[in-house]
Amino acid sequence: MASPPRVVVVGASLAGLRTAEAVLALLPEAAVTIVGDEPHVPYNRPPLSKEAIQALLGPAPDALEATFDKLVLKSRLPATGVTWRLGTRAEAVRATERQLVLSDGGTLAYDWLVAATGLRPRRLPCEGGEDRRHVLRTFDDAVRLAARMRPGVRVLVVGGGFIGMEFAATALGLGCAVTVVEPMVWPMVGALGPRVAPAMAAFHRRNGVDLRLGVGVRSLLEGDAAVTAILSDSIAIEADVVVEAVGSLPNVEWLRDAGLDLGDGVLCDDRMVAVGAERILAVGDVARFPNALFGGAPRRVEHWCVPGQTAKRAAETIAAAEHGRPLPAVPFAPMPSFWSDQHGLRLQAYGAPALADTAEVLSGDLSRVGEVPCLVEYRRAGVPVGILGLGVGPGPLTAHRVRLEHGLAPAVPA
Amino acid sequence: MKINVDMSICLMHGQCVIAAPQVFSFNDAGDLVWLTDVDDALRADVEAAADACPEQAIQIEA
Repeated sequence: MASPPRVVVVGASLAGLRTAEAVLALLPEAAVTIVGDEPHVPYNRPPLSKEAIQALLGPAPDALEATFDKLVLKSRLPATGVTWRLGTRAEAVRATERQLVLSDGGTLAYDWLVAATGLRPRRLPCEGGEDRRHVLRTFDDAVRLAARMRPGVRVLVVGGGFIGMEFAATALGLGCAVTVVEPMVWPMVGALGPRVAPAMAAFHRRNGVDLRLGVGVRSLLEGDAAVTAILSDSIAIEADVVVEAVGSLPNVEWLRDAGLDLGDGVLCDDRMVAVGAERILAVGDVARFPNALFGGAPRRVEHWCVPGQTAKRAAETIAAAEHGRPLPAVPFAPMPSFWSDQHGLRLQAYGAPALADTAEVLSGDLSRVGEVPCLVEYRRAGVPVGILGLGVGPGPLTAHRVRLEHGLAPAVPA
Repeated sequence: MKINVDMSICLMHGQCVIAAPQVFSFNDAGDLVWLTDVDDALRADVEAAADACPEQAIQIEA
């Protein structure tokens, strides 16, 4: 038998961890290396915009360590067989030599390279007020931001997507005065659609968020005690803290010489193999992959469930190739799912509401979001493609998900 | 294998009910209920449920 396959996973994240676990479950002899630019072991990011900020402000002297310990992802990795290279960035790939170049000058030889490098926050293009400007992607980002949170602090959130609106609710709960600026006409409209997003805007306003829609930030002026944001409608807003939640960029620069399509993340086929390089795969947020449930057009999907789903698929691909057999001819059709918590309201969705052309309220009343449970079905060309619960218990929702799965199979025409 | 759910951190996302419906379910009151001792034949489903839990609240013991 040949020497054990060397699998290098770049990204010590949820996606990276689940890939390593899945590879070693199928190929126990594999030599797996996990490279991560953060100093931390893999941890869970969704709480960073929600309860982790509150936990970091707890009175205990070990609040920082205790908060991080709660975020650390449970792992089924074996005690041996995995090498960790934390605090190390991947710089470049020499695809023909099958070598990864690291930030410490070293190289790693691989038989399989898995890109799990995820995203980084997009930044506002203007300069000014740097000391008061924050993003929210990593644990260290959350620690820096939490240190600024005090009752009465004026927080300006730029960007009304999920992270922006979740953090706005968290900051309000901590007694801050919160303004959100969003260039679109409604917050979270891309994900929730024009029927639900206005209801969420009203919900946030009822809870005390000063929501400014249809405007952007033109410039940031640094003052002695605050930063002043000049909006595109020339209105000035003074803030103690600015949080930039204006989307994210895939971390693909290190792959620039590998001959891949990096137009929006790493273009993959439905085995998670990068188009253009048979030995490179991509998983998680950075992967642009086709989903048979939605007509097969490649998409990047920034949901928490995607890392686990794509990691398993990538490991099956690697194991099949190592065993010299084809992948089972099952199309890759993972059901997307996302959730959010805002002012104590749980939003939970299955399927892809963003693909819908219509939305129908099945029960509840969108004008009373947060007071009564609301269930919304999203359809494209009459076919259900998504279901969203706002304050709906998980029991009824999971029942609808089964119905959705039936509606989507075999595939919705693109 | 033995299964425990730490209900002090469970936030009722329901992902386990989807991943392993033979093991996890919601009762009529909307509470999460689960089998505490299940056959190893269901291990893959139970591990998928543990992985899918956003709060990492599911503990599996051999």
